[in-house]
Amino acid sequence: MARAVPLPRKALTTALAWTIGVLMFFPILWIGILAFRTEVDAIRPPLQVLAAPWTTESFAAVQQRSNYLRHFTNSVVIALGSTAIALLVAIPAAWSMAFVPSRRTKNVLLWMLSTKMLPPVGVLIPIYLIFRDAGLLDTRTGLVIVLTLINLPIVVWMLYTYFREIPAEILEAARMDGATLRSELLFVLLPMAVPGIASTVLLNVILAWNEAFWTLNLSAARAAPLTAFIASYSSPEGLFYAKLSAASIMAIAPILLIGWVSQRQLVRGLTFGAVK
Amino acid sequence: MSTRHSRAAARLMMTPSVLLLLGWMLIPLGLTLYFSFLRYNLLMPGTETWAGWSNYYYFLTDPSFTTAVRNTLVLVGGVLVITVAGGILLALLLDQPIWGRGIVRLLVIAPFFVMPTVSALVWQNMFMNPVNGVFAWLAQTMGMRPFDFFGRAPLASIVWIVSWQWLPFATLILLTALQSLDQEQMEAAEMDGAGPLSRFAFITLPHLARAITVVILIQTIFLLSVFAEILVTTNGGPGMATTTLTYLIYVQSLLQFDVGMGSAGGVIAIILANIVAIFLMRMIGRNLDR
Amino acid sequence: MGRIHLHGVSKSFGPVTVIPPLDLAIEDGEFVVFVGPSGCGKSTLLRLIAGLEDVTEGRIEIDGRDATRIPPARRGLAMVFQSYALYPHMSVRRNIAFPLRMAGLPRAEQDRRVEAAARVLNLTDYLDRRPGQLSGGQRQRVAIGRAIVREPAAFLFDEPLSNLDAALRVGMRLEIAELHNRLGTTMIYVTHDQVEAMTMADKIVVLNAGRIEQVGSPLDLYRRPRNLFVAGFIGSPRMNLLGGEEARRHGAATIGIRPEHVRITPEGGPWRGTIGVSEHLGSDTFLHVRCDGIPEPVTVRAGGEVGLHHGDTVFLTPDPAGLHRFDDNGQRIE
Repeated sequence: MARAVPLPRKALTTALAWTIGVLMFFPILWIGILAFRTEVDAIRPPLQVLAAPWTTESFAAVQQRSNYLRHFTNSVVIALGSTAIALLVAIPAAWSMAFVPSRRTKNVLLWMLSTKMLPPVGVLIPIYLIFRDAGLLDTRTGLVIVLTLINLPIVVWMLYTYFREIPAEILEAARMDGATLRSELLFVLLPMAVPGIASTVLLNVILAWNEAFWTLNLSAARAAPLTAFIASYSSPEGLFYAKLSAASIMAIAPILLIGWVSQRQLVRGLTFGAVK
Repeated sequence: MSTRHSRAAARLMMTPSVLLLLGWMLIPLGLTLYFSFLRYNLLMPGTETWAGWSNYYYFLTDPSFTTAVRNTLVLVGGVLVITVAGGILLALLLDQPIWGRGIVRLLVIAPFFVMPTVSALVWQNMFMNPVNGVFAWLAQTMGMRPFDFFGRAPLASIVWIVSWQWLPFATLILLTALQSLDQEQMEAAEMDGAGPLSRFAFITLPHLARAITVVILIQTIFLLSVFAEILVTTNGGPGMATTTLTYLIYVQSLLQFDVGMGSAGGVIAIILANIVAIFLMRMIGRNLDR
Repeated sequence: MGRIHLHGVSKSFGPVTVIPPLDLAIEDGEFVVFVGPSGCGKSTLLRLIAGLEDVTEGRIEIDGRDATRIPPARRGLAMVFQSYALYPHMSVRRNIAFPLRMAGLPRAEQDRRVEAAARVLNLTDYLDRRPGQLSGGQRQRVAIGRAIVREPAAFLFDEPLSNLDAALRVGMRLEIAELHNRLGTTMIYVTHDQVEAMTMADKIVVLNAGRIEQVGSPLDLYRRPRNLFVAGFIGSPRMNLLGGEEARRHGAATIGIRPEHVRITPEGGPWRGTIGVSEHLGSDTFLHVRCDGIPEPVTVRAGGEVGLHHGDTVFLTPDPAGLHRFDDNGQRIE
């Protein structure tokens, strides 16, 4: 099978790969360092920044000044809420398409995916006006609704691909064993699909957490999730490097961890199965 | 393989998803289309009148439309070139036997998980700022004048930031595709006397062709909608220098409250995105039949 | 009780008719085997009886009750699938108890029945394992256990042994036959393997292209195959089917003679031939003989220790009582 790779060559590729990896990661690493510096130290030249003492005062300042916790909670509620609702709606649909396929199944699936390709700006005005008239602007409910809808196609799609890997005979066995449709889903399909459902949830949480078109346009002070909250640092407050870094690190850390954990499953969801 | 019972249940269980997405698609789409034919300004409610094609006429003939289209093309094209070329190289590199490959992989894909507002602000302030930025410091240490990225090359700066976010995506997809390459095929080519370069050109690249196409199509769809990076860094400026089609429509509708014009722009954006989407859907559809 | 009657049952997928209308009566306690080549519709027929597919036309009666529209869960049948279809996330105990849990039986009763089934199937030591930790034969027994705890009106087996290796297959075959003797419940068993059919069945239903070719006891089918298809399908090695001049001499379009009904007569006989390949199985030897005037090679069963080899000339004498005659349409001539 594999042949031994000459050591010098492996050392060279390793060095190159690590250099690029660290460079790619450097901006994140850098705000990770700036976040633990005082505001004064943070704007010094890089070498002095590195040498400066560590402090957590920026984190404390961010919490106090801008009610960081509320925006964090908004992000959590919106990401988890939209994911939960999307799952609830998508599981039955994915079951139908995976186990009772008809001639139309493929077209329905493709049509669902095509809604994902609608540029958001094309429907910005109607959604904005509908939300304004329904009192949904700057509410978590409104954002949950929008994010549920924009990610629903991906959730249906991913669940469909995972469900298809479960042999239909097992569900038929449950049916022969006297299971109702509800028991079939609850006791047989869902427990077997746990890994697939988990990666679907993770991808959806990542997408919802980082969504920055609708959250920026449909939320203000009250319902703003972290994407919008960070954006508020853009003009005058952008100068506060340490606080911006602290806020950013807290905003991206959870999702970075989730992303790292689920990276191998992400490809399937991100390419709609076009690459395996 | 199914029975009347299960088919009936299946239809019932499809209904919520289908209705939701149908509503999500048709209602706003219909309204956008309708508004695009109205003279409709949010500042003057109740004065809507039928405008015919005039919104389209004004939107398309406005010089800012041409600028926006050009900026959009530069943004999308620039990011595509950087991410696809860089993605291929990185994927090839990460496919080699190296120490700590898992960790390097994590480092490389990390930017993809950073929310757009954070990456835009961090790059703009911590790196590209001509006074305090890391790049400015680097330039000074090497005895050069710091470059004012956002002042002198705003669009290129945004291309750079967006590329940083999407390079991991391209790398991850291409690496996955690379790992599905049949090793025996490679060995056969080697036995046939193909050197590393011909192996890359005649085996690896054709194998990656499909994945590259997918990367280009998917990225295009998302890149056409790049918004937050522009909003938090340049607000489309200076002047019109970083106003893309998406941003122009946003300005028209939510800043100038010209719903009619904004909607006409929206319809045009939808048409443009759909041209790309059709190709993507074809590829996905073909894969569904496997 | 487990009487299953099919009246004019047919199945089409769109324009394709998989099973043309057929009638079949399965009586209580019978062991019925559906046998036929792959794609003959035997599994589809079983799934129609199970209720996993709708019949296109016709009526299915279970114990005199019209069950055509009853969903599978309420037909009172249990099924053992080819892939076993065990629930991989449940222990053996919970797998076997699943139908009881669905039926809402009290916990104690569930346990009692699971333990009883486990004892019968030698699974007591494995009750707390997952299906993934079991061998093929054990999984098969779990699937059977899951079927028997329901005390169904009838068992449906869909090629249950095809995923096992040859040695296990023989063992499981005996176990299932044993189970049938003990329970006395109706069993419908689908297989493509005519040896399984012959050894297990009370009644064999031979299917071909969705049509029933013949229904009867194993010996019926062996002794009096109704047509060429059954003649060729039942019996191993295959019956020799000879056409041409030799058939015409017997007043038929085709004649059939099983290898075991041809004797080797060294001193002379009606057919003279040369031995081609000979297969020595120890207990038997099968000789493939090229006979003068007969285009098809004739397979002959000889004793295990027969001293004949490739190229030897032999004389063959067909046993007149074992001769089957078929007309132009492939139907048996009495």
